[in-house]
Amino acid sequence: MSQLDPVVLFFLLGLGAGLARAELKLPTAIYEFVSMILLLSIGLKGGIQLSSQPLGTLLVDVVLVILLGLLLPLLAFPVLRFVGRLPRPDAASVAAHYGSVSVGTFAVAISYAAVQSIEYEPFMPLFVVLLEVPAILVGIVLARGISRRTRWRALGREIFLGKSVVLLLGGLLIGWIAGPQGLSSVEPLFFGLFKGVLALFLLEMGLIASAHLTGALRYGFFLLGWGLVVPVVFAAIGIGFAQLMGLSPGGTLLLAVLAGSASYIAAPATLRVAVPEANPAISLTASLAITFPFNIIVGIPLYHRMTEAWLAG
Amino acid sequence: MQKHVRKLLTVVTEASLERSLVEDLRELGAKGWTITDARGQGHRGKRSLDWEHGGNIRLEVICDAALADRLAAHLREHYYDNYAMVLFVLDVEVLRPEKF
Repeated sequence: MSQLDPVVLFFLLGLGAGLARAELKLPTAIYEFVSMILLLSIGLKGGIQLSSQPLGTLLVDVVLVILLGLLLPLLAFPVLRFVGRLPRPDAASVAAHYGSVSVGTFAVAISYAAVQSIEYEPFMPLFVVLLEVPAILVGIVLARGISRRTRWRALGREIFLGKSVVLLLGGLLIGWIAGPQGLSSVEPLFFGLFKGVLALFLLEMGLIASAHLTGALRYGFFLLGWGLVVPVVFAAIGIGFAQLMGLSPGGTLLLAVLAGSASYIAAPATLRVAVPEANPAISLTASLAITFPFNIIVGIPLYHRMTEAWLAG
Repeated sequence: MQKHVRKLLTVVTEASLERSLVEDLRELGAKGWTITDARGQGHRGKRSLDWEHGGNIRLEVICDAALADRLAAHLREHYYDNYAMVLFVLDVEVLRPEKF
């Protein structure tokens, strides 16, 4: 296996410090700031590259990505409900988390791609946005049906105007309008510091994950197995979809990472309001304490190998 | 100086409820409120601020007794079952009764 990306070591530092109960905590405002820079960097980078090439047949890809976002929670729900024997709201909530995506994991994958000099399509950040939303909607419908009581307007704002959607799309637009020359002045902050910012973000993620780790076993071996196996299965489905779209090997890897990742920001926030009966600790423990560490340490290199194996065979 | 008695309703609950609580307050006719971030521990577990949506908020409303009752009943009906929420009401003295 290739050498561990140093940013992942920051995650392990946070995890270890948190487990040892060290006096360590990133102030909330700094965590918010750091995650904003990551979202904008990812958006801007995609936007700049989009500005220099035609959008072509992107529409078909957009539809396929949305289909992928709808399909994943529908596959997850029956397994959670009937194999995991989770109550309906919890099964729907976990399904929504795993159908949706983690921008943090995507950021680590981009860093991995840079280290390995892997090229990928510039529109991948757009796919992050497209994959984030549909699964959450599916999860809400799976939990409650299409109920009149659901406050769809308020939820719509929460889902479509969440921080990650606004900043990723905003970054894409700014990058697209301004182009590489126009953005050279902000380049040091958003591109030069990207890895340092990602390292700080992962340090805090390690601390947060350590706080949720105790729950990982409380919910039994099903959840532990779920958090480790499902990302790999979903990543394989992502590879399949990438082949349908004819993505490059790099794009295939990133779509696999996106499909295999689980949301821990947008989905928990929306589902807490939309499906109050679901226990938020179950899905957050799975996505944050099990799947996120798995993906950034083992998953991304593994999906890289899976992609290579698929393309070779 | 004349003082007037009003109620201070304090709610400590999950930060994710902030938006929907504010909507409720508006609908039920509260004239003003104060929200602060909070942390602590209760029977639904520890709540810290280190996590965007894991934190708590403390919501304070000064109003007359009738509205305090209505708000308390509304919150109990809609949120007590599924959310971590603590609610209490105190008597307070204010100088400008028309404000509350």
